[in-house]
Amino acid sequence: MNKKIKKITLSNLISENPVFVQILGICSTLAVTNVLKNTVVMSIGLVFVTALSNLTISMLRKWIPTRIRMMVTVLIIASYVILVDMILKAYLPEVSRQLGPYVGLIITNCIIMGRAEAFALNNKPLLSFVDGISSGIGYSYVLLIIAFFRELMGSGTIWGIDVIGSWWVNWSIMVMAPGGFFMLAIFIWIVKGVIIKDPEELKKI
Amino acid sequence: MSEGIGVFGIFFAAIFTSNILLTLYLGMCSFLAVSRKVKTAIGLGFAVIFVMTATSALNWLVYYYLIKPYNLDYLKYIVFIIIIAAFVQLVEMIIERVSEPLYIALGIFLPLITVNCAILGVSLFMIIRNYTFSQSISYGLGSGVGWLIAIVAMAGIREKLAHARVPKGLEGAGITLIIAGIMAMAFMGFTGMMGLS
Repeated sequence: MNKKIKKITLSNLISENPVFVQILGICSTLAVTNVLKNTVVMSIGLVFVTALSNLTISMLRKWIPTRIRMMVTVLIIASYVILVDMILKAYLPEVSRQLGPYVGLIITNCIIMGRAEAFALNNKPLLSFVDGISSGIGYSYVLLIIAFFRELMGSGTIWGIDVIGSWWVNWSIMVMAPGGFFMLAIFIWIVKGVIIKDPEELKKI
Repeated sequence: MSEGIGVFGIFFAAIFTSNILLTLYLGMCSFLAVSRKVKTAIGLGFAVIFVMTATSALNWLVYYYLIKPYNLDYLKYIVFIIIIAAFVQLVEMIIERVSEPLYIALGIFLPLITVNCAILGVSLFMIIRNYTFSQSISYGLGSGVGWLIAIVAMAGIREKLAHARVPKGLEGAGITLIIAGIMAMAFMGFTGMMGLS
């Protein structure tokens, strides 16, 4: 059991990483990576939803009819997203306003749906929970790295605090849409060109 | 702001200056997965246009006649996603009848329209920006057309790219993202014309 948990965690963090190996779920969250703080909030919400929806779906898996499983999964995910949305509105109204529709868009994040389909529907609750947390984290740390560099180069700040100083000319392209695409591409390039060199790993994409 | 630009303004702004894919990153999953062949890209693009326009209209009606009057704002995510899922099912059945090869080609990606962030995104943006009914329809249609243009352009480039030598590690998703970034920069050139907040 412990071995299995370890294996799932490691594969979700590195060899089967949702972002740079499976290229899933970049949609709803890449947009908020121009500010580190928003990314952290968004990532925590995402890990929460992925973990708990995986757990719930796994517990209900014997009663979910296969024909309508998509519908059931989406509904379960949506309920958790509503929870996250309400918590954010209550405790972090400013961040919630900035994130706007992107909190709601966690529902359609392909990772959550993908993990539910690929894992939670065939595995025990505890394993699914671990899988949910680890794939959520595997996804979040990539985004956090991207957000760190985008905020640093785009506004010269980290977490809203000026760190570089006035000599730095902000690369405004970094906080705009193309910056997100370029950063993610460079990240994938570095990871696949330097860290994972195994050609078998590359063929899968 | 919804007063400022009219229905046509929103339509064109949704296609060019606020392209849902290239400036808001919505709908990336299917964009990366289905942009290998122009033909499939066109098929999926039209399915997205249809679903997006229809669901933005439906969701607008449901939101302002059912959800708002009864103060059920927190339920909007669930309601919207159910309407979208039902609609996708309908499109799937239609495509299955009309074009068998297209159905086989799109394969597993049709159900994925349900989780295409762009569709839910359009509905959520129209609520946040207080669009009127006609503005919502033109926003849905414009976003759909913008998405189609982006994915078809990308598919065209990727078809040519299949014969090119791409640096190691950049094959597949990497180079696609870089192209998307360059396309996004090109679309930013339209920003001066008009904008959506």
